[in-house]
Amino acid sequence: MHSLGAQAQSNTRRRSPGEIVAAAVPASQLRRRVVDRTFLALCIVFTGLAVVILGILLVTIWQDGHTRLSWQFLNSFASRRTEEAGVRAPMWGSIWACVICALAAVPIGVGTAIYLEEFSKRSRFRSFIQLNIANLAGVPSIVYGILGLTAFARAFGSASTDSPITIGQPESFFYLQLPFGHGVLAGGLTLMLVVLPIIIVSSQEALRSVPRSLRTASLALGGTQWQTTWNITLPASIPMIMTGAILAMSRAIGEAAPILVLGVPLFIRTTPINLMSDFTVLPLQIYNWAMRQQSGFHELAAAAIIVLLAVLLTLNAVAVIIRHRLQRAAS
Amino acid sequence: MTTPANASPPLNVDIKPPTLAVAVSAASVGSENQPEEIAIRAHGLNSWYGTVQALKGISLEIPKCRVTALIGPSGCGKSTFLRCMNRMNDPIPGARASGTLTLHGDDLLARTLDVVELRRRVGMVFQKPNPFTKSIYDNVAFGPRLHRSFRRTDLDELVENSLRAAALWDEVKDRLKSSALGLSGGQQQRLCIARAIAVGPEVLLMDEPCSALDPRSTASIEQLIRELETNYTIVIVTHNMQQAARVSDRTAFFFEGTLVECGSTDRIFTNPTNKQTEDYVSGRFG
Ligand SMILES: Nc1ncnc2c1ncn2[C@@H]1O[C@H](COP(=O)(O)OP(=O)(O)OP(=O)(O)O)[C@@H](O)[C@H]1O
Ligand SMILES: [Mg+2]
Repeated sequence: MHSLGAQAQSNTRRRSPGEIVAAAVPASQLRRRVVDRTFLALCIVFTGLAVVILGILLVTIWQDGHTRLSWQFLNSFASRRTEEAGVRAPMWGSIWACVICALAAVPIGVGTAIYLEEFSKRSRFRSFIQLNIANLAGVPSIVYGILGLTAFARAFGSASTDSPITIGQPESFFYLQLPFGHGVLAGGLTLMLVVLPIIIVSSQEALRSVPRSLRTASLALGGTQWQTTWNITLPASIPMIMTGAILAMSRAIGEAAPILVLGVPLFIRTTPINLMSDFTVLPLQIYNWAMRQQSGFHELAAAAIIVLLAVLLTLNAVAVIIRHRLQRAAS
Repeated sequence: MTTPANASPPLNVDIKPPTLAVAVSAASVGSENQPEEIAIRAHGLNSWYGTVQALKGISLEIPKCRVTALIGPSGCGKSTFLRCMNRMNDPIPGARASGTLTLHGDDLLARTLDVVELRRRVGMVFQKPNPFTKSIYDNVAFGPRLHRSFRRTDLDELVENSLRAAALWDEVKDRLKSSALGLSGGQQQRLCIARAIAVGPEVLLMDEPCSALDPRSTASIEQLIRELETNYTIVIVTHNMQQAARVSDRTAFFFEGTLVECGSTDRIFTNPTNKQTEDYVSGRFG
């Protein structure tokens, strides 16, 4: 009726200018097509360039490193003799550090995102926090390394690093010391600092993507804000949150700088047994080997890069699969 | 789209289709003897969004176990009034209300009111069907589960009764575990009604429940509203004059935040006292 009439009117009003332009100026159509084509061509060229560069990178690394790849390479410690050296210590170090990082960063990050998106009132304070988190995502990781060193490794200098407070036996799994020193816990938590902003931002986006109508429906049924978040919003956004978290993990596993700043020993022949154990990570080992003079070490570095890339690729594949699975389950 | 499995509702809604099974919910039983018992009473109700006043001194009585239609041009405050009744304006920044609004004597505007409890008593159905991305069963069971835990058999029974009351049971009884998103739009909307009923409300608020539906689904929802009337106080917002005339007992005409006229639907449509109302219901408006 009244509203229908108004709609029909505005429809015709909107359509007519477009028709006039199309009919009257064929030259502009031609120009538009040329611009269109050029843009497309440029896009293809740049994409191709990226693929070629990646290809060259992969091929050279594969050529340098593939002869070293073996079960023995994965299973031996670093050594002065290149033919015996392997990535056992950094591989396990990376796994430990990443698991710790994930266990700490995912709950804290998702919790923060839930607070910011679902609970906090729109206030100056909130937009201040929001701005800071967005900025933190762009801070170089070495800065987080320094923060980790001060906060976790040295506990802000509150206790002496030489004579730490200890709980339990150093040989057992249940062993803690304060400050943490440069053990794997300090490493994992430092990596957590690096990825936390990424996880918060991606989780916020995930939560925001859940239609408001679903929240409204739950609230209108008498659900509390928390029940709504827990039963509706969070389940619906889990695929995106997981994808973000896994991609954040692949960032964490590739970080060398913050771990280096912690002052971890560069030559390790053990795998971690508890949270305080010494550790190193794959990127550091690669850096280490690549710095050496002999070509044997360069091959080792290339082989370690292949291992690292394989892990990264697997993580990314897992992220894709999870998203796919859960999306299908949801619809 | 799937055709409803049971008796297909005729497009001409004046012909009553074969009666669907109506489950009498234990929630509230309408009393035929006192037809004009008032459920909701608004007196001098004002509502603001920030500095914009959306409702200006609304005084309106909504009788129990009757269908009340709210009509009026877009932006006149119908949805705002509806949302005052279950406090769904609360999350909107800057929204506030003054005046009196009571449900069976309970002050709905009180700061201390337990809105969770209120929303159990006052259910809402939205313009666009918004089923959760869960199974049909879980959609209906969602509300009850929020409030207490159930034995499996009790919950099954509650879900069945709610779906029957929403005239959806026969169409979905074999696919309760499949996703609610697989239903047609009209079925989804009836599922949303079943979901609201499952909580056991006294009042059902419906904000343009048929505006996203085809005529056939609309007809089935309209018939459903007529059946639900025996047990629930229903307030429906609609832009469709024929619909208001078909489903409601009383009609209230809103205009720019004020209540212009309210009375029995027959009178509003055949013999309105106000010129604006007459223009609006006869489609000569603006
Ligand atoms: N969330 C909001 N924030 C600010 N103003 C709002 C909000 N919702 C509604 N309003 C304003 O309040 C007034 C009444 O809106 P309301 O949604 O109640 O109208 P309505 O009668 O339901 O209209 P329609 O028929 O289009 O749904 C309008 O002027 C509208 O702009
Ligand atoms: Mg509205």
